[in-house]
Amino acid sequence: MKEISELHFPENLRYSTDHEWARPDKDLFVVGISDYAQDRLGDIVYVDLPATGSKIKKGADFGSVESVKAVSELFMPIGGEVVAVNTQLGDTPELVNSEPYGNGWMIKVKPGDPGEYQQLMDQKSYLDTLKG
Amino acid sequence: MIGTTGLIFNEPLLWELGAPGREAFSQPAREVPEQPVDPDLTGPGPDFPDLSELEIVRHYTRLSQWNLSVDSVMYPLGSCTMKYNPKTNERQASLPGIASAHPLLPEAMSQGLLRLIFDLEQWLAEITGLAAVSLQPAAGAQGELTGMLIFHAHHASLGRPRTKILIPDTAHGTNPASAALCGFTAVPVRSGPQGILEPQAVADLMDEETAGIMLTNPNTLGLFEANIRQVAEIVHAKGGLVYADGANMNAVLGVVDMSAMGVDVLHLNLHKTFSTPHGGGGPGAGPVCVTAKLAPYLPVPRVVQAGERLAWRSDFPLSVGRLHAFYGNFGILVRAYSYILSLGADLAQVSRLAVLNANYIQAGLKQDYHLPHDRPCMHECVFTDQRQLAHKVSALDIAKRLIDYGFHPPTIYFPLVVSGALMIEPTESETKETLDHFIAAMRAIAREAEQNPELLHQAPHHAKLRRLDEVKAARKPCLMG
Repeated sequence: MKEISELHFPENLRYSTDHEWARPDKDLFVVGISDYAQDRLGDIVYVDLPATGSKIKKGADFGSVESVKAVSELFMPIGGEVVAVNTQLGDTPELVNSEPYGNGWMIKVKPGDPGEYQQLMDQKSYLDTLKG
Repeated sequence: MIGTTGLIFNEPLLWELGAPGREAFSQPAREVPEQPVDPDLTGPGPDFPDLSELEIVRHYTRLSQWNLSVDSVMYPLGSCTMKYNPKTNERQASLPGIASAHPLLPEAMSQGLLRLIFDLEQWLAEITGLAAVSLQPAAGAQGELTGMLIFHAHHASLGRPRTKILIPDTAHGTNPASAALCGFTAVPVRSGPQGILEPQAVADLMDEETAGIMLTNPNTLGLFEANIRQVAEIVHAKGGLVYADGANMNAVLGVVDMSAMGVDVLHLNLHKTFSTPHGGGGPGAGPVCVTAKLAPYLPVPRVVQAGERLAWRSDFPLSVGRLHAFYGNFGILVRAYSYILSLGADLAQVSRLAVLNANYIQAGLKQDYHLPHDRPCMHECVFTDQRQLAHKVSALDIAKRLIDYGFHPPTIYFPLVVSGALMIEPTESETKETLDHFIAAMRAIAREAEQNPELLHQAPHHAKLRRLDEVKAARKPCLMG
């Protein structure tokens, strides 16, 4: 595991208390897990994602991520309809470790209420919670 | 250091042994002529290697020599109760009249076996303080599922099926899955700063859509849920039921009365608490114990007293039905029966010693390892890798290094509420000398973590196989020979 200072947290997205991130992409939001989350989970071996078309509320679980340590649930940072899932993670779940904000993205959500994005933490508040 | 030296054999895969046509014993001549089989029913046969009996015996004997087992080393795998299984239990289970009994024997010819089932149910009821028992579930998780089916049947019979189950974050790991399999939504309850449930947290979530609570006591932090009676009152006041996972029963055997705690349904793991072999994937046994009110929902068939004889009965209209062929894993029940008979009134001493041993280890290691909840524990203690992380040494490295010292690793990274957990359950089986060896090994590892972290990253050094690639095994499993 790395020190917080060794981890990367982009400023152009927002973070949930459960360590998911969301990034606006036109009228959608791309969702994944933070560098902190992937580092604490360790090597990820399986990612279970919902079917496209699923409508899931903010805070409800949308899938799970399995590392050699444990299985952890994934929670929606923004409620809405899942319009795309990252099928690449089926064969290469390690992308979540290597590129958590890039090719390791998990789902794209069409938000029920785009205002929920503003309720998430910005990079600075998220870093403050991690440093405790 | 106990250390490991000696001649350990390399061993190829079974598919690399043998030769076509080789076999273990000669088949007797067929008494009936060969008949063609409908081609739709056939296909390419399984790819089994052709081996002699001796090749097979040596193969598995050699593999077993690579293994760490409770018969060779202390096995402090937290939450798993890897206690020693006395050989007398194996002997009783292999008596020909028991081991060779056919499950379809008529009742009149199996009265002794029915008596064993009947008596074991009565004893488990007495030990737990609950009224009625089914020995049918084949494992802990199936016991949990049975319990959830009983919850559902109870609420459905009142005409008000419920949808949710409260599950504390310190409950046994399989609980949410068992509830979900039964169609319930698992609602997590956060434990308080003391590592146990706070009644208010339960009161805030408990409502009339909630079928009840599923908890483990002592919980997976090895701590006794001291507020259990208040929690049970809150759940009962809203018409809910209390399920206790008996995974940690080894801490409270013959000491705690589950019905007095407010528990309505409890499962036991005979393969943990009642000393039957486990850890190889089965078979196990997960009997379910219930209050008198819930007895009508128990699985069928049930053994009942019918005059002077014992008989099977299935006419329980509220029953959740059958959970397993015949009557569960009978051989495991025999071992538990033998274990209880061997110990008699000393059963409570099992738990007292298990708790004493865990506290001895907790006291012996808290100078060297971070103890998140510094208070007396029950049958297991939970440390973390927090201090060793400063040297880039993780719980995994510590666990692997313990193998070099001649100990099976403890459970790591569980419970999830503790980051980098090392969960140590010594059980009652170990002597003070062995516990002292274990403490000395853990202290030596803590010093190594400071002085030579690389030694731990590369561990184990003395095992037949070194650090296995667990990531590759999980991502690209090889499921063929």
